[in-house]
Amino acid sequence: MATVSASNIVKRFDEVLAVNGISLAIPDGEFVVLLGPSGCGKTTFLRIICGLERQTSGDLVIDGNIVNDVPPRARGVAMMFQSYGLYPHYTVRNNIAFPLRTQRVSGTEIEKKVKWASRLLGIEFLLDRRPRQLSGGERQRVALARALVREPTALLLDEPLSNLDAKLRASARQEIKQFQRRVGVTTIYVTHDQVEAMALGDRIAVVDHGRIRQIGTPTEIYDEPADRFVATFVGAPPMNLLTHNGACLGFRPENFLPREMMRDGAVTEFWFRVDRYEYLGSERIAYGTIEGFDSTQFITAKLPARIAEESVRPGERHLFAVHRQDLRYFDHDGKRTRGH
Amino acid sequence: MVTIAEPGTKAASRFRYILDRRETLGAIFVAPAILYVLLLVGGPFLLAVYYSISAYTIYDPSWRFVGLVNFAQVIQNPVFLKTLGNTFLFTFGSQLLGLILGKFGAFLLMRPFAGRKIVRALIILPWAVPIALAAVAWEWMFDSLYSVINWSMIALGIIDRSDAPNWLGNPHLAMLCVIIVNAWRFFPFAIVIFLAGITSIPQDIIDAATVDGAGFWRRNYQIVLPLILPIVAVGLIFGIVFTFTDLSIVYLLTNGGPINATSVLAFQGFQVGIVSGDVSHGAAISLFMLPVLLVVVIIVLRFIRRREV
Repeated sequence: MATVSASNIVKRFDEVLAVNGISLAIPDGEFVVLLGPSGCGKTTFLRIICGLERQTSGDLVIDGNIVNDVPPRARGVAMMFQSYGLYPHYTVRNNIAFPLRTQRVSGTEIEKKVKWASRLLGIEFLLDRRPRQLSGGERQRVALARALVREPTALLLDEPLSNLDAKLRASARQEIKQFQRRVGVTTIYVTHDQVEAMALGDRIAVVDHGRIRQIGTPTEIYDEPADRFVATFVGAPPMNLLTHNGACLGFRPENFLPREMMRDGAVTEFWFRVDRYEYLGSERIAYGTIEGFDSTQFITAKLPARIAEESVRPGERHLFAVHRQDLRYFDHDGKRTRGH
Repeated sequence: MVTIAEPGTKAASRFRYILDRRETLGAIFVAPAILYVLLLVGGPFLLAVYYSISAYTIYDPSWRFVGLVNFAQVIQNPVFLKTLGNTFLFTFGSQLLGLILGKFGAFLLMRPFAGRKIVRALIILPWAVPIALAAVAWEWMFDSLYSVINWSMIALGIIDRSDAPNWLGNPHLAMLCVIIVNAWRFFPFAIVIFLAGITSIPQDIIDAATVDGAGFWRRNYQIVLPLILPIVAVGLIFGIVFTFTDLSIVYLLTNGGPINATSVLAFQGFQVGIVSGDVSHGAAISLFMLPVLLVVVIIVLRFIRRREV
């Protein structure tokens, strides 16, 4: 277990700037999520940390040592790949044992550790199978066991849940989190799924175009987005943005409610014309436009499903409001400002 | 149930959609290949089997049945035994050399470098050049007087002019020569096989091994090689079968000599059966390859099957 810190990491592939100066310090045992759209450079950054790619410039420090020129095998980090990268010709036992074999660990020690790791993940009964005989969830556990068996300095996870179906994903997410708490290993987790990021991360780093847009706790990222990109990337549906004279006003769909539902406090009112509804069981998403603003700007409101559809009819305008403290302001560069 | 009167249904012709049926269309497509094999492989093969147990020669074209006498006579011939040994040496020697060259070639061609496309195209040449042409070039290189190999070695001071090797004149060197030429012809194929195998391995697996602490050698011998082994084995079957049954290089380069040092089964079968006209013995010699190849193919195929389960 160790600290990982990157300072001003740049990676250039010919003309493409994949990573454009990422600096990030991760204390021992923290769970950091790199969140960003595909192609934003998050996986490249992960590959730089484990040594599969060499950064064009910048320093990488693991456990207090600069590891820029240290090959992957000597970095002591473990990585779990999107497709798991299990060795198809080995049994689960040999898959888990492989990282130990490369470190020339003795046979009895290997056996002990494989047993430990497989018990930790509840896969003892799979040890003699081959990867192709496993389900997606089982493969994921084997990959995790293989990553953890040599007690890595840091655990890197590259979209580990994207190959699982939606139901399994939720439980696997839970397991990874509990598991990381128990083992206490410094973890860097890459995903494009904001739900995963919110659920898992002690801190989230939102990455776009090879740069970190914002780094903070899930609450900070969600409630205090540093710019328009973060505001619209995190949250489903994303934050509403109203452009006015170049500047931007933002508010979350769940904070945009019919005026009569607001009790007290300072509010800003809007005339909202609902276009259509999406019923999602626990809530109802209303899509529409706000009068007085550009009618191509679609605005969403997330209403509790108990509000009857009749109270706010599609096609009619209705007075909606947002609490003043829920309004966020962005300047014409998209950066967050204090407001009026 | 309500029955609705169907207004004048017309039965479609039974044969109208016959080509849409998989079993019919499949049979039609496969038929030429099966016919080809039956006529041009199966027929001659059965004919050869019959020749080998008859007393057929071109001077006495009788179909008299003689049993296994031809085989017994062939086995007692020391030249044949030498030929059998040569065939194994020639086949496995050149395959081994070709595989090693192929593996290195594939690794070199995997890495991007300037002019890789040209090199990739050039490296296929030995395979694409007609063997008759290539053999002539090699013959000149191994020539006792004008050998460019000897000339280079003398010029570099590696050997003295007086002990320049007579490549095709010395029995051991002649065998080495035909092995080298055959390996040279085979290795582009091996490169293609290795390239196909290596590129079929998901990058994640290689990366996982790298991060798991495996260096170059361990990655190669514990991950890459076991994973491409089934593909390489298929390539090897091709190589072995083609080499075992090939006579062109020997025929063109050494004509089996010196003193039968490079005579191989296919060559001897050709010499005895066609050139000398002793068809029945020639057929017996050629048929000796069958059990050997059968065993090799069965072993390799079983091995592949085991790996795949």
